[in-house]
Amino acid sequence: MPGRLEEEALPRRDFLGLAGLWAAAVAVVGSIAGMMRLPMPSVLPEGGHRFRVGRPEELPAGTEQVLPEQKVLLSSTPEGIAAISLVCTHLGCIVARTENGFACPCHGSVFANDGRVIGGPAPSGLKWLEVSQAIDGRLVVNGGRQVESGSYFKV
Amino acid sequence: MSSTGLGAFWENLRNLPRNLRESVLRHGRPVSDRGRSLAVFSNLFLHIHATRSNVRSLRFSTTLGLGVASFSLFLILLVTGILLMVYYAPSTSLAYNSIKDIHFVVPTGRLIRNIHRWAAHLMVIAVLLHMCRVFYTSAYKAPREFNWMLGMALFVLTLALSFTGYLLPWDQLAYWAITIGANIAASPRELTDALGITQVFDPGGIQKQLLLGASEVGQDALIRFYLLHVIVLPLALAALAGVHFWRIRKDGGLAKPGVQQTAAGKGASVTAAAAAPEDSPTKSFGLMCVVRDRSPATNQTVEDTVPSWPHLMRAELLIFMITMLLSVVLGLWLDAPLKEMANPAIPENPAKAPWYFLGLQEMVSYSAFMGGLIIPAIVVFGLTLIPYLDREPEDVGSYLSAPGAKRVAAWSLFIGAVGAVTAVAVPVNFGWLRNWFPDIDQLVIIAINPGSLLTAVYAAWSIIVLKRSGSTRMAAIALFSCFVIGFIILTWVGTYFRGPNWDFYWSPAQWPVH
Repeated sequence: MPGRLEEEALPRRDFLGLAGLWAAAVAVVGSIAGMMRLPMPSVLPEGGHRFRVGRPEELPAGTEQVLPEQKVLLSSTPEGIAAISLVCTHLGCIVARTENGFACPCHGSVFANDGRVIGGPAPSGLKWLEVSQAIDGRLVVNGGRQVESGSYFKV
Repeated sequence: MSSTGLGAFWENLRNLPRNLRESVLRHGRPVSDRGRSLAVFSNLFLHIHATRSNVRSLRFSTTLGLGVASFSLFLILLVTGILLMVYYAPSTSLAYNSIKDIHFVVPTGRLIRNIHRWAAHLMVIAVLLHMCRVFYTSAYKAPREFNWMLGMALFVLTLALSFTGYLLPWDQLAYWAITIGANIAASPRELTDALGITQVFDPGGIQKQLLLGASEVGQDALIRFYLLHVIVLPLALAALAGVHFWRIRKDGGLAKPGVQQTAAGKGASVTAAAAAPEDSPTKSFGLMCVVRDRSPATNQTVEDTVPSWPHLMRAELLIFMITMLLSVVLGLWLDAPLKEMANPAIPENPAKAPWYFLGLQEMVSYSAFMGGLIIPAIVVFGLTLIPYLDREPEDVGSYLSAPGAKRVAAWSLFIGAVGAVTAVAVPVNFGWLRNWFPDIDQLVIIAINPGSLLTAVYAAWSIIVLKRSGSTRMAAIALFSCFVIGFIILTWVGTYFRGPNWDFYWSPAQWPVH
């Protein structure tokens, strides 16, 4: 134990002062972190992602239908019906249907008919969305659930 | 008793105008040098200025008035912005119509909105030119490194204010800019998706949700950007601008040739000549600068200086009036654009940002993550660190004064231009990796794209200059000049040569009709 007249390594007052400063710093950082909880949404305002579209009979094999509101292309083939999202995987613009695929107006991504990227900055192909059928016979697309591209819904 | 009371009252009433003036101004007419110093010194708004200004600092050619112009534009934007807030409603259903009301119904609304828009564009230009002026006169050298850093922060805030501003009308430009901006914030997902770790670590998603308050662009996003535009960013900019101005004085005024400055800045004795003489005036006199000899702060003789009142005030007022005139003339002459109402189903084709972001849009069209986040971050951090990485003592205050500096700048502009044109021309003519190898990994595209290669070429050129000249200042000139010309060329390409689907066209006349 050091004698009373020996100098302490860290004077008591300095220690208490530093402890106070650090406590204040932790409190400030902690409250900023706590405040960021407020702008971070815990409930998202959007409704469900599922929406009903037409009946399968209205979409004979070989036809397709663009639903601009839902940002989806319904494509009917002999293999079944598929829903391809029209939201560009690059930065969220809506791609336009072209003769042999899709083109994005914002940054020039190009997609093939099945949604594969064939040019431009998009990191991945257009999403294929889950298609099912409701009890009333209408088709239901789930915009929140992606399926393997090339998986068709057989009526 | 009552008569003397009445007499005193009349006396006070008679002296009311003079007493009022004296209670506010606290000094007489600024007819002497001391009076002029007091005029500056005893006024809260003026005392950020020195009481005396160097003659050279007052010359238009020294600063081109760009800093004062930037701040003048900020003031114009503040006033017109408050006026616009009277009628603007930050709601997705009301915003567009309130802007239309401001434009077509509200008296002077159209002019005020036009001035607000053009002053914002002018501010971006003024801030960029101010940065170039400070860089090329090496005015960022010690002790002014920190003020350069503050300037970079102000530059970023200016761009952020511009971005959040054009989102508010909720037209097609606004809606798709928010969408693209939020997705750029989410673009770290490009990397985390490619690595397959988005499920556990998703910084992009967190950033996007913080910005939008939702997973899609809507009312929550509008109110957040409104909040940023009208309160958060202007407050931050005003506070930092205050520090920026204060530091100009604390760092010894504007950079002047022939003045060697130490890192200690103001108040540090530099040379023997600067040592205070035996009969040096008292400190309060020193502050008033009614000194005979060299002042230790700036190492300049009194003869080099004139009273800030009226000389500096007049110069500043002149710059303010010119910026004001320019904004008003532009506002009378050109209408601020307003596109169709936001339509979440169909973006415009082409969907172009305002001109100052078109270079960025060009970069983003190579890779969202690399071009939208990494390269801008590298550029901002690189520019910010310039004064810390180039600490060569140098004569500051005149353009490219170091031997060989002009040659390095010219070569760098040339190489920067060739690089930028190549970076655009190659993908336009030959496509890029995805067109050649359709199954290529996304990680490769993030790492190797025209934008990242251009950045690498600029860095490499700067290192070559560093090795050959052995001077960090030359390397800084090389890097900065490349950045400037790259920014100009990419912005030019985005503005004039990009058409529908972001395809390359030599002129809009060649755009496909549809």
